[in-house]
Order: sequence, then structure tokens, then C-alpha cells
Amino acid sequence: MSKNIIIVGGGLAGLAAAIKVAEAGWHVDLFSLVPVKRSHSVCAQGGINSAKNLKGEGDHPDIHISDSLFGGEFLADQDLVKEMCYDGPAIIDLLDRMGVPFNRTDEGYLDFRRFGGTLHHRTAYAGATTGQQLMYALDEQVRRYEAEGKVDKYEYWEFLSAILDDDGVCRGITAMNLWDRSVHVFKAGAVCLATGGPGLVFGKSTNSVINTGAANGRVYQQGVHYANGEFIQVHPTSIPGADKLRLISESVRGEGGRVWVPKDPKDRRRPSDIPDSERDYFLERKYPRYGNLVPRDVATREIFAICVNEGRGVDGQNQVYLDITPERSGQPADVLERKLGGVFEIYRKFSGTDPLAEPMKIFPGVHYSMGGLWVSPKDENGQVKQMTNIPGLFAAGEADFQYHGANRLGANSLLSCIFGGFIAGPRMCEWASSHSAPPPESVYERELKRQTEINDRILAMTGGNENTFKIHQELGDAMTRSCTVVRENDDLVKLMAKIAELEERWHRININDTSKSVNQSFVWTRAVWDMIQLAKAIAKGALLRDECRGAHYKPAHDVEKPEKEKLGEATDTDAYQDYVRELAAANKTTYKVKPKSGKEVSPEFVEYIRQWVEREKKWNKTTIASWRPNAEPEMSFRDVSMTVEPPRPRIYK
Amino acid sequence: MTSPNGNGHSAPEHVLLRIKRQKAPGEPPYWESFRVPYEPGMNVISALMKIRLNPVTAEGRATTPVTWDSGCLEEVCGACSMRINGIPRQSCTALVDKLEQPIVLEPFSKFPVLRDLMVDRTPMFDALKRIKAWVPLDGTYALGPGDKMAPELQQIRYKYSECMTCGCCLEACPQYNNRSSFIGASAIGQAYLFNEHPTGRNLKGDRLDVMMGPGGVVDCGNAQNCVRVCPKHIPLTDAIAAIGGQVTVHAIKKMLRF
Ligand SMILES: Cc1cc2nc3c(=O)[nH]c(=O)nc-3n(C[C@H](O)[C@H](O)[C@H](O)COP(=O)(O)OP(=O)(O)OC[C@H]3O[C@@H](n4cnc5c(N)ncnc54)[C@H](O)[C@@H]3O)c2cc1C
Ligand code: SF4
Ligand code: SF4
Ligand code: FES
Repeated sequence: MSKNIIIVGGGLAGLAAAIKVAEAGWHVDLFSLVPVKRSHSVCAQGGINSAKNLKGEGDHPDIHISDSLFGGEFLADQDLVKEMCYDGPAIIDLLDRMGVPFNRTDEGYLDFRRFGGTLHHRTAYAGATTGQQLMYALDEQVRRYEAEGKVDKYEYWEFLSAILDDDGVCRGITAMNLWDRSVHVFKAGAVCLATGGPGLVFGKSTNSVINTGAANGRVYQQGVHYANGEFIQVHPTSIPGADKLRLISESVRGEGGRVWVPKDPKDRRRPSDIPDSERDYFLERKYPRYGNLVPRDVATREIFAICVNEGRGVDGQNQVYLDITPERSGQPADVLERKLGGVFEIYRKFSGTDPLAEPMKIFPGVHYSMGGLWVSPKDENGQVKQMTNIPGLFAAGEADFQYHGANRLGANSLLSCIFGGFIAGPRMCEWASSHSAPPPESVYERELKRQTEINDRILAMTGGNENTFKIHQELGDAMTRSCTVVRENDDLVKLMAKIAELEERWHRININDTSKSVNQSFVWTRAVWDMIQLAKAIAKGALLRDECRGAHYKPAHDVEKPEKEKLGEATDTDAYQDYVRELAAANKTTYKVKPKSGKEVSPEFVEYIRQWVEREKKWNKTTIASWRPNAEPEMSFRDVSMTVEPPRPRIYK
Repeated sequence: MTSPNGNGHSAPEHVLLRIKRQKAPGEPPYWESFRVPYEPGMNVISALMKIRLNPVTAEGRATTPVTWDSGCLEEVCGACSMRINGIPRQSCTALVDKLEQPIVLEPFSKFPVLRDLMVDRTPMFDALKRIKAWVPLDGTYALGPGDKMAPELQQIRYKYSECMTCGCCLEACPQYNNRSSFIGASAIGQAYLFNEHPTGRNLKGDRLDVMMGPGGVVDCGNAQNCVRVCPKHIPLTDAIAAIGGQVTVHAIKKMLRF
């Protein structure tokens, strides 16, 4: 095990980490449920952000930082967000050198498009399959290291647990070969989980079907803190389907796609027959500056409100139009086809109509988890960036909680995955060099025994009457109903009870199948348990957080905003200025804050800011869930580091 | 057995599937039929998902859930390939409405079956190693941007870069089988992709050596089945022709060197 590092997960984050580790001269054991090339990251369509400023707009990493923090309602620890945005341009350059076929301008430079939550063209893209293209570029570099013997891949292997020594330090993993369900021990100086998000906890989502979050749930049960779990991004635009919700990328809105419903909800004409005067472009109406490109949480809630609260969905159903026809988007069909062909293809394939001829019908779908495994944002006091609270166990990518606060901006995730992997890689090597004394063999043996026993227990579950896939379906339905776009405490209390009921019924699953060869029911049954544990952390966080922030929307605990006309600048109020001074002192920093403009402020706005400051003080905190057996998780809250910028009220006009 | 659905057409109440199953590698295959409730918009994967919610055959006999490979469910990961009514394709985009029933599902025949519809496609990934399908980077440290590139070249490369290693082209190819060492259309497409890249080109000679050797591009019989089944519509025969040309030039150059 000399100079060996284990990376679990071969999505963008895992591959990025693997490249750095191999480059540093260490050996990598790389584990994945599927051939790494098939990891969920291939689904990303829209693009990757970096303030390259190639459009003469004066974009800058500082503006990228500010947009990201603002978009995430200041829940992200700020130091690493800053580093990520500053590294963005170099990461794009590197991907470009690796051969990613990014779209080009006529002169041959990288092309950039606009995404939600910013006023700049900051998103580099490769057709409509940016994630796939980035994945392949990293996969190819890793394959090169594989050919040189520096990386060994374990594909169709499932991570079961971290191996912890008597001091609680991670020394390796147990993993199961999915082709014959045999369990093995692997040793390493450090381990990184780059295992992606938990979309399947919500049943159907825009995620790949392998995104159970079970690996994250497993180390959570071994003591890793699960942070900000309640922040689940529901993407405004997806095609509802029987097996999954297929994402329609934000790039459609970035390229001029417009969201609308007929003004008359009973209007059953073909959408192309409805003139502009009889359409309600409700995002443009409500947000004249950002229009259709308001951040995701805002767009999602508006669509949800139009359909569910106002009953104005198209054809009386939960759906609205997303119009990218050349007439309405202002771009010629061939240009649209070149830029968005991949997205159109998905829509055509699954709905049978052509988005260039008729607007698409879409509805929000669970998409991304801002929350995840807690990792340190700093290298100090024995903590290491991207390392969890279990020493030697790192996390990166969607699996960690670090970069997106309460709401992720579109195209920031691919960046954070690669950046997080790049940060984790070298640190794992350093960590492993300074913790090289091997633990006794018994450490490995006892974990192997524990895991084998868990498997044996599940394989013995043949007397019950519950179906493992049914339990999952019920979990997903309950989570989607009560823990997505709108949250209410009564509902969440019921949800906790439902999850407890499913946990109890889990023991009565009949696994139907005890065979050795590719036993998916057995593997799934194990994962369902871990999903139930994560669901508890997510729901409990949602229940406790009595406020609205980013993707977490609890109307009963909203701070009411004054009307548009009465909105002023927060900086003009004393309450805000005092708060900022306090924060600066607590973070041992000074901020660049706009001076007071001297304009008169309406009493309504003063009151709003007062309440907003109160809320910030109470709730601008990281939620930490600690697992407890047969009980609800223990919850606590931690201060967020605000070294770069003080929070300001999130008002998109 | 029909009832009207929302569109005013009549739709079946049930979907009938006939599935070729196999318990483990090397075991004999057997067939089972299933009847699942119809839903508008369903595809082969959602039908398989229904089976595992209630694994009972059409004859009412309890059985094990069917095993299959899948990931993205939007035709971009390449996992879910199988033969559907005899044609190699992705099951996630195989809409039930467009398929004749009973829908016959079989695993690919050119790769070892692991269980039911799931096969082992490792040889495809090994081929990518053999042809050095990567750009040889000096390192990940900052060296500034890559080469400028004309949008036309980007568009050509992008098309080949969409190959998701699904294997449909190999399943359909008469030359790709266990009696030959033919590397197959997808790897030829990838060799072309990297030979067209300004830096990837530095390994062109190595790639063409493989393409010139046994199992290389000359083994292609030009049957064109590959292009017809590729779910990504990759112009594989263009790549085959181009690599064929490159191999000829490469061979002449090599000859002149001796
Ligand atoms: C449809 C869609 C479109 C998106 N578009 C964009 C976009 O345009 N821009 C953007 O920035 N972001 C986008 N995102 C978000 C982004 O794609 C993901 O957040 C990101 O790809 C996650 O990458 P990752 O490396 O963390 O994990 P993943 O790519 O999910 O990889 C996880 C890896 O872990 C492995 N793994 C998981 N569990 C185990 C286990 N138990 N044992 C072994 N291995 C395991 C898997 O096999 C896989 O290799 C999109 C997401 C979706 C769903
Ligand atoms: S053209 Fe060549 S590679 Fe394609 S199917 Fe025919 S023989 Fe196979
Ligand atoms: S070339 Fe097409 S058919 Fe062949 S593996 Fe690639 S995507 Fe699949
Ligand atoms: S599941 Fe990914 S291609 Fe079908």
C-alpha cells in the first residue's frame, strides 16, 4: 500500500482527483459502479463557468465570486468559492488543451453563453453535451495513466465502507464486486469519495439511476457529518417521464428561450396559434432585468406557483411552455440547432414534437444537491481542504457540500467538481505521506467481517412480503411531495414519520433473489437502507430550518419584502451597516461595501432590512447532521466563514 | 384489449415483452414473457422497471427481477444497449409506442453475457487504450489556452466525440465476432477524432500502426451496418475511409524509410 490512494467515483470530480494523484507519482485505485466513462457527469448539458472575459464585457473572477455567493444566498464558506472562481480560467484552458471540442467563435476562440444568475457570457460549452465532453477528456487522460500502470480501475464495484483504525483514521475501504457480490478490502494512505449526488432519494429526478447517494449515506453512518442536506435544487425545466425526469438545460433560456402560459388558462389552441398578446411571459413580467434568466430556485417557484397555486398550467396540467422557436427566441433555426441540438434531440426523442416548431412543455424536477458530506474549507488546525471530519477520508464533487450554498448557479457544478478534485488530489498525497505507518491487520479484518455480516443478513431476508423497489418508490414519492419546492412544517413532520415507517418496513423486504451473479435486487436493497438514512437528514434539516433561503422555501417563515416601488438599497439602512461591521469584526476582515447613497429609505424597507438582518444572524449557518442508529439524526448549526463579501438581501429585479 | 388514451387514439392496456434470460456467465439462456401495465410515453426501461416491482411472468409464475445495465436514461452514457426486436440500440430511447409487440429483448451477442440483458464490454475500453485515444499533455500545470480552432473542425470533432462506447456498431458489424480480431468501427472513429486534433496528432503514427496491423481498418468489409445503427449518428464510414487513406500514406512513408 505504499503510495496508494483510493478514489471512489469516476465522474468529473473523481477523474480530476485521479489525474492529480497520478501526476504526483502516486498510484490510484479507482472505483466505480459503472465504467467511469458512463458516470452521471455525462448528463450535464449546458456548460461550465469561468470568468475568461472573452466577450469584451469586463467579466472578472471577482464578479463570478459575487454572483455565486449571491445566487447561493451566502451559505457557502467563502474562501474556497473565491479560489474556485479564480482558478476557473486556468481550468478551462486545461480542458481546452485536453481536446474538449468546445464551441468556437468565427475567429476560433472559445465561445461563451449566458446562464442564469449572471449578466455575463461566462459559460463555455461543447454543443449540448458539455458534461459528456469534459468527462471524456478526463477519462482519456486517466486511461493514459491506466495504460502506464499508474491507475487501476475497479469498474462495476460498489463502495461499502471506509476502514477506520483505532484512532478513527481512514485506512482504506471495503468494496463489493457487483458481478459476483464478493467483498474485499483495499488499503490506501487516503481515500476520496467522489460519489456524486443523491437524486434517487427523491425517486425520479434528472439524475442517472446510479445516483443513490448510498456511498455518502454509508460514511454518514460511520460518523461523517452531512451538511446542508435540506438544500435540494429543483430544476425549473424538465420533461416529466415514467422512468425519469429529463432535464431541459438552462442553456435553452440562455439562448433566448421564453417561459409562458396562455393568459386564458382554458385556451386549448396550439401554442403557435396563440399570439404574443394572449401569452403571459410571467418571468419577464415579474423580473424585467433578468427575465427568463432568473436563478433556478426563483424560476422553479414561479412555475410551480403558476401551475399548482394558480391552476394556470398548460392544458390544466402541471406544465408550462418553454419557447425557443426561431420567431420567439430571435435566433435562426440552424444556429439554434448547432448550439442546442443535443437538448432538442432529447426532447424530440422523448416527446415526439420539434421544439423549433412548437414550444416545449416542461415542469420542475429534482436536480442537484447543494448539501453533502462536510469537508473542511481550510488548511489549518489539523484540518485539510476537502477532508471530511474523519481524518484521511476526503470528498469532492456533488458528494461534498462546499461550493454552492443554498442554491447552485447553472454551470458552476462542473467547475466545482473539477476544482474540488484538483484540490483533493495533492492533499491526499500529502496527508498519506505524513500518516504512513500501517495499522495492524486486525483493523482490516474486522471491517471485512462487519460488511460480510451485513450482506449475509440481507441475503437472509427471504421471508418478508415487501418489495425493495416499491419501498424506494414510496420514499421517493413522499420526499418529492413534502420536501421539494414548497415546504411546510406539518408536512415535514408527517414525512419524518413516513420515513420511519419505511425504515421499519425495510426489514421485511423479500429480496427475491440470492444468486451470486449480478444480483441487482440485493445490491439495491442495501442502497435503499442508506437512502432512507440520508432522507432523514434531508427532511430533518428542512424541518428545523424556519426560513426561506435559496432552494429551501418555507412560505410560513418568509421575511416579507416590500413592494417593488419601495425597495431601496440595503446599504442605505443603519441596520445593514451595523450588521456588516459586526460581521467584518467576526471574520477579521474588512469588506468593500457601497457607501450610503443618501437617498431616503421607505419605512417598509427599513423594517424589511431589520427583519432580514435578524434572520441572517439566526440562520446563516451550515446545517450539520450526525447520524444516530434507530433515531432521528442529531442536528447542529455552524457559522459560515464570510471572508470575502457580506450577505446582502437576495433581490432579483 | 384496448382503451382510449388521452390523445384519442386507442392504446393497449398491457405491454407484452419476451426476454432472453441467462442466470450467470456460461449458463444456458432461457426465455420468459411478461405482461406489464401500459403507460403513455413509456420506454423499454420503464417497462423493465415495472417488471421488477412485481416479478411475475405472463403465465403468473414468480421469478427473479430481470437484470439490465443503465445509467443516464437519456442516451448519453451508453450503458443500456441491447437487441430490441432484433436491432441493436439503446433501451432508454426505445419508446414502447413505436415497437411491435411482443417486444423481444435480447442481450448483445458479440460480448459475454453476465446476466440476462447485461454484457461485458471491456474489449471496447481496451481498444481505446490500444489506439491511444487521448491528447498527450505535458501536465496539468498552467500552460495557457489550447490552439485556436476553426468552428468547422470543432463541429467535425464534436460529432466523433459523442461516441458513448455503447457497442451498437460492433453488435451490427458482420466483421466483428469471436473469429476475428477486428477492432471495430467505434475505435476507428476515435482514432480519427484524435488524429484530427492539433496535439492529438502527435500520436498519429502509433494509432496508424494499430490500424495497419491485424484487426485494423483493412478488416472492415464496408457493410455499413455500423452507421445505420449508431444512436449518435456518427459518420463512421467517413472515419473508416479517412483512416484507410491515412493508413495507406503511413504505409508508404514507412516503406520509404526502410
Ligand atoms: C441532467 C443534468 C444536467 C446537468 N447540467 C449541468 C451543467 O450544464 N453544468 C454544470 O455545471 N452542472 C450540471 N449538472 C450537475 C453536474 O452534472 C453534476 O453535479 C456533476 O456531474 C457531478 O459530478 P461528480 O463527479 O460529483 O459525480 P458523478 O458524475 O455523479 O459521478 C459519481 C461517481 O461515483 C461512482 N459511485 C457512486 N456511488 C458509488 C459506490 N457506492 N461505489 C462505487 N462508486 C460509486 C459512480 O459510479 C460515478 O463514477 C447537471 C446535472 C444533471 C442531472
Ligand atoms: S462498415 Fe466496416 S465497421 Fe461498419 S459494419 Fe461494415 S464491416 Fe463493420
Ligand atoms: S460509434 Fe456509435 S454505435 Fe459505435 S459505440 Fe460509438 S456511439 Fe455506439
Ligand atoms: S441509459 Fe444511458 S444510454 Fe440509455
